[in-house]
Amino acid sequence: MTDGSAGAPLIGTHGLDWLDEEGPDGDIVVSSRVRLARNLQGYSFSAHATGEEREALLEKARAATEAAGVLEEVDFWEISRLDPVDRLLLLERRLVSKELTGGPETGPRRGSGLALSRTRALGMMVNEEDHLRLQTLRGGFQLAAAWRDLDQLDEEIGARLPYAFHQEFGFLTSCPTNVGTGLRASVFIHLPGLVLTRQIRKVLEGMGQLGVTYRGLYGEGSRIVGNLFQISNQTTLGKTEEDLIDQLERLVGRVIGYEKQARAVLLREAPNVLEDKVWRAYGILCHARSLPFEEMMNLLSGVRLGISLKLLKTPRVDVISRMMIHAQTAHLARAAGRRLDEADADAFRASYVRRALNDAGSH
Amino acid sequence: MDCENCGERKATITLTEIENNEMRTLNLCSTCATLKGVAAGGGSAPMADLLAHLGGSAGDNLFDEAGGACEYCGTGAGDFRKSGRLGCPQCYAQFHRQLRALLRRIHGSSQHMGKVYVSTAPDADPEQLRLSTLKRRLERAVEIEDFESAADLRDAIHALTEVS
Repeated sequence: MTDGSAGAPLIGTHGLDWLDEEGPDGDIVVSSRVRLARNLQGYSFSAHATGEEREALLEKARAATEAAGVLEEVDFWEISRLDPVDRLLLLERRLVSKELTGGPETGPRRGSGLALSRTRALGMMVNEEDHLRLQTLRGGFQLAAAWRDLDQLDEEIGARLPYAFHQEFGFLTSCPTNVGTGLRASVFIHLPGLVLTRQIRKVLEGMGQLGVTYRGLYGEGSRIVGNLFQISNQTTLGKTEEDLIDQLERLVGRVIGYEKQARAVLLREAPNVLEDKVWRAYGILCHARSLPFEEMMNLLSGVRLGISLKLLKTPRVDVISRMMIHAQTAHLARAAGRRLDEADADAFRASYVRRALNDAGSH
Repeated sequence: MDCENCGERKATITLTEIENNEMRTLNLCSTCATLKGVAAGGGSAPMADLLAHLGGSAGDNLFDEAGGACEYCGTGAGDFRKSGRLGCPQCYAQFHRQLRALLRRIHGSSQHMGKVYVSTAPDADPEQLRLSTLKRRLERAVEIEDFESAADLRDAIHALTEVS
């Protein structure tokens, strides 16, 4: 392994440990995420700061994360020093936002950074919309555990860097929609039962009225792919962090209940149609020679449902989650060791998926 | 539509419940929804909500030009109305009254109830703050080719750096 970017560490398996833990309700909830928005006194918010200010802040953040014990071993990247494939790699692991990496032409702004533990998906973005975005990711439905980890990181960083805090408004953020706790908790949830029984719209719209919001695979404004939804709290002020987490947990718990009921209805009312759908999805994934990403995601949704309903014996749920990460374009390009055009990527993806399913055991 | 629970108030919330595999939809007013353990909150994406609040209806605009600009970063009410982003933490003091009203609309409260932060970290140096503010204004002045202001700002920066 060589280090091509001026002393910056290589991106290895950073931020993927959550794939090893299935976690509670792991067949329905893929992952749980919590983030905290924090800003430092004495600096303009990132969008208003000069390049010089952002770089000064980046160095402070670097020193603070290196001293934070909860991160164990930590790596730190300046986003502008990463090549475009590595930036995309981080994006595909949902460890950075598009705001941090910048557009394909413009690239990242000066001073954009990422700190990440080598052992767990815990770290922070630097100079995103807010100075610091502390974040963590866990497998399955584990919001409270995720919050505990993040709270600890917050204590350690806050002891070293002076947060901007206001008695009435709490932690101050660039956008007033994040002020107060600065906390956004979300789950990434698989709801094929509600989609197939056409109840999803009602459930999602109902949630919108309960202080939570939903998005597609890649956050705000993105399309729904593979029956995967991201559900998160909408308000951040006026409640304690624990209450916000607890409220979202209870609500997601209800959605899981609805999903299970919808699956039971499908199994009872249309068992043959359902079984056929699951096996067709599995069959195509096992044999396809070209697989566009969205098609793969939709087929994996069928397989995940089949595993959950015990219609399929293999693969395990974590194998499916792994495929969702590793069969994305930048991950395939990294594995191939070269840039891939779209047709190449679809062929590589198909071969990767065939191998992964074969390794997971045949039927 | 009237609330299906009390029959008095207007229904604003649709509650969907599945019991024994049967889906039931209940149209409720916010009071009855709260009583049923369903907290009433906002409806759409936070940013869309924010911009809607900022736009306001006629005579309901919190961020008119009267507030003046933030003395630290120069962000004015108009800038905020346009971008939905504040310029620096001090903006919260500058626009305190308007923000309190806005936050109540967005979050249903303006009082932080979460973690209390007592800084044990070294405080921000006010001189440094002033300096970075001046540098930022200088950059902006050069950008818009306001060379007169740029010269004044450059002098002010020199004065500060010589003292310290």
